[in-house]
Amino acid sequence: MTSPTISALMVRTRGLRKRFGGREVLRGLDLDVPEGQIVSIIGPSGSGKSTLLRVLMTLERPDAGRVEIAGEPVFSETVRGREQPASEAHMRRARARVGMVFQHFNLFPHMTALQNVMEAPVHVLAMSKKDAHRHATGYLERVGLTDKLTAYPSQLSGGQKQRVAIARALAMRPPLMLFDEITSALDPELVGGILELLRELSASREMTMVIVTHEMTFARESSDRVLFFDAGLVLEDAPPGEIFTAPRHERTRDFLRSVLQAR
Amino acid sequence: MRFDWDWAFALRILPTLAAALRVTVLATTLGSCLALTLGLLLAVARGSSIRLVSVATGSAVEFVRGTPLLIQIYFLFYVMPRFGVVLSPMATGVLALGIHYSSYASEVYRAGIEAVPRGQWEAAAALSLSRSHTFFRIVLPQAIPPIVPSLGNYIVAMFKETPLLSTITVVELLYTAKDIGSETFRYLEPFTLVGVLFLALSLIAMAGIRFVERRLPAYSS
Repeated sequence: MTSPTISALMVRTRGLRKRFGGREVLRGLDLDVPEGQIVSIIGPSGSGKSTLLRVLMTLERPDAGRVEIAGEPVFSETVRGREQPASEAHMRRARARVGMVFQHFNLFPHMTALQNVMEAPVHVLAMSKKDAHRHATGYLERVGLTDKLTAYPSQLSGGQKQRVAIARALAMRPPLMLFDEITSALDPELVGGILELLRELSASREMTMVIVTHEMTFARESSDRVLFFDAGLVLEDAPPGEIFTAPRHERTRDFLRSVLQAR
Repeated sequence: MRFDWDWAFALRILPTLAAALRVTVLATTLGSCLALTLGLLLAVARGSSIRLVSVATGSAVEFVRGTPLLIQIYFLFYVMPRFGVVLSPMATGVLALGIHYSSYASEVYRAGIEAVPRGQWEAAAALSLSRSHTFFRIVLPQAIPPIVPSLGNYIVAMFKETPLLSTITVVELLYTAKDIGSETFRYLEPFTLVGVLFLALSLIAMAGIRFVERRLPAYSS
């Protein structure tokens, strides 16, 4: 018998560990994210926030622990009844359910905005060029870049690049979308626009979103749930109303005080 | 020893040398095509995640780079037939030039590929693009433009090494000049002209490389 709450989990991690050199960045992380939830992750740098996203995107293999996306194990697969480490092909299938937007955009510099967005739908989803063109144009319109379709990344501002990157990730329609400090590399005057776009996306409830951010106002107003990461573990996990007004841990209080004072 | 430059003689042998120059240019062209293709394959093999493949390729590249081209030419020309592989002097020469310079080209490709930021691979992986697709469509187009000048310089270097092919009877520029010399007992004009022709073509090629270099896209993501 499977309980409905289990099958509706988009992300499930158990005992997730990741070490870089001598430093353990994730120290046995357990996390459940139900389908459709908007989760913000806050915490000091080096607390493992970005590493968690990178593991969920399969850009890093965990040293130990289990990751399931939409009920499917990501780093292991069952072959002839036996569970074994996942092949590249298995991880590629798992990847298709996840999209990611990076801090430094990582646009393909030799392609126009439109080509950046079309590349994966054409070559991964086997969409026809014509359909992909229409599809990509739609997403670029949605992020407010109707007049930049044929511009190359070098001709775009940081904010515009991040819009293209968001459109590019959206065009694959992943049920789970990861945002890794997507406003941190932007000039201050461009941050507001991107946060506005992120707000619209979370309000649309089209997908499950996990957002690593330093923008406390955004985390507070636009997420269902806020995780405070500290030293590779989730120290506090609460609705934004609670975590920002009555944080339970001293560490959370200190962190919030220092970031909120900084502005 | 008198310096007795004979203009009439020089002009008379120029068409013969110009015809031989065609062989030199042909050997360079075919040799570079081979070197550029094989070099890319070697760079890919050297970057392979299968350790045996990458180590074996690395050793082969070092071996070819660490031995003289002339010996490689001799080896292919005199030893390969013992294993039943008989090629014309021209084909042997092109093969030797191509293999020799592919080892240099592979290092240049490798530098170019490694200079492409890791974020490009990651962005492609996040879009579920396959590794080979990522390599050919995302990474390679960014890796090539910055290395065109280095690759071009190696092609010019190869061009200047083609006289080595005269040692295995490829009738290229130097061989023809020696021929003229032994028939007429005049060496001053033919060898001077050979030098001038090499210089002229090298200068043109280098200007060409600079021209292309200026028109290459400089990508920034």
